[in-house]
Amino acid sequence: MPVVGSLDEALVGIQDGCLLAVPREVSGVPMEATRALIRRGIRNLRLFALPTSSLQADLMIGAGCLASLETSAVSLGEFGPAPRFTAAIKAGTIHMKDATCPALHAALQASEKGVPFMPLRGLIGSDVLRERPDWTVIDNPLGENDPIVLLPAIRPDVALFHAPTADRNGNVWIGRQRELATMAHASAATVVTVEKLHDGDLLADPVLAAGTLPGFYVDAVAVVPRGAWPLPLPDHYDADAAHLAEYARLATTLEGFAEYLERHVYAQRAA
Amino acid sequence: MRSGRPDVSTEPTRPEELLASVIADLIGDVRHVAVGNASPIPATAALLTRERNKLQGVPRPYVSLLQSRKHNFFTDGARELFDCAGQGRIDVFFLSGGEIDGQGNINLVSIGDYHHPTARFPGSFGSAYLYYVVPRVILFRTEHSRRTLVEKVSFVSAPGISEANVHRSGGPVALVTNRCLFGFDAARGRFRLQSVHPGHTVEEIVAETGFAFECPDEVPTTPAPSAETLRVMRELVAPELAEIYPQFTASVFGIGAQAPH
Repeated sequence: MPVVGSLDEALVGIQDGCLLAVPREVSGVPMEATRALIRRGIRNLRLFALPTSSLQADLMIGAGCLASLETSAVSLGEFGPAPRFTAAIKAGTIHMKDATCPALHAALQASEKGVPFMPLRGLIGSDVLRERPDWTVIDNPLGENDPIVLLPAIRPDVALFHAPTADRNGNVWIGRQRELATMAHASAATVVTVEKLHDGDLLADPVLAAGTLPGFYVDAVAVVPRGAWPLPLPDHYDADAAHLAEYARLATTLEGFAEYLERHVYAQRAA
Repeated sequence: MRSGRPDVSTEPTRPEELLASVIADLIGDVRHVAVGNASPIPATAALLTRERNKLQGVPRPYVSLLQSRKHNFFTDGARELFDCAGQGRIDVFFLSGGEIDGQGNINLVSIGDYHHPTARFPGSFGSAYLYYVVPRVILFRTEHSRRTLVEKVSFVSAPGISEANVHRSGGPVALVTNRCLFGFDAARGRFRLQSVHPGHTVEEIVAETGFAFECPDEVPTTPAPSAETLRVMRELVAPELAEIYPQFTASVFGIGAQAPH
């Protein structure tokens, strides 16, 4: 039975060095949980961002939390390049595993099914494949002269995301963001922050049940209102454009980034 | 509502409108056009295609704007787009690149040595897959210069052409820039100058392009959008786009997110 409790309790299972899966910007990025992990001083995380990331990866890179990053793209979208990501890649301070979006979905689907790999079209002849020694090309054993890429299953230690609501049984309503279910199915543990608790049983209502991740897969839930801020939670709130513009400006220098951390991450400690 | 404005189709054509019109003509008669993030001109073109067809009583294409809640029917998570594409259920997609080379290779990753780059872009997104399996990929780059259109990309996010035995149900058909339209000849693996936009010249294209391309003796001028195309874009497409590209629709079409429609 999942534990519904405080944010810090929920994050206890996320330890230094673990393989942490997080979602893309429109699917519910757990930003308050991210700030809590940075405050805790987490180190050497291997971040797996399905399939892209924005502020979350940039913030964690800048704060020195990441050893490696596997994703298909990192940018601040209309606010420009992700400054700390760009600087870290140029300085070689994190291990970057460049991927392509469907490869990350497929690698999690392999774990979902408990099989060792998943085949995927595309990739052959690209430098994305050249730079991924863990990906293999085989000749389709059911065809003839048909090379195809195999992606090893990825099993994150923890999946962490933010969702609109959960009930007291730890069932989490994710709506049509089904990649959150794939992440949870594929991961050894799942931690979720939610806007609010749902009174009643999400699985008892057939309409809600179709968009619900069963508590069976969930280890901890914490109620964190506006937990995706300053990123959006679709259908609930938009991105905080002014804040993201400020981040994009400050994070271009180390001093500015330190100022941002002090003001918007560490300052919360006393609150 | 046009709030008292005169016939909008008589106002001069904006460069963005010309490019959207060119792209709409490249889309052709298809069932499903998908548009990725941060692509307001391709999104305009896709919706223009749909609205023009609708006026002709043709109920296609489906248009999936991946950044939009409204213009996006996917319910099975972010993978559904790629699963759709793998089966051939997406006919047209748009890609760009920090660099695009003469063989149609695109680079969305970095400049220089991959392990010690001098410049880093966000990353390949879905290109290393979609470029292979979407039948009509339209390349799009509004900065046409020797910096962006290069002889050989530093990093191949996705190749323009593949070996004969590699599954390749899709690939590039054209490259649209702010200066011209190139067609892509997959058999020869190179671009061919197809038309030059009004106000630009073949000499300028040659001077500003870092790769060699086929250049016919006579290169036509890109046709300007018809009055009807401009009307559809301005009256029907622009209000739909305002949801996701408010700044773009405000600057190009003079309407904001609150514009009534």
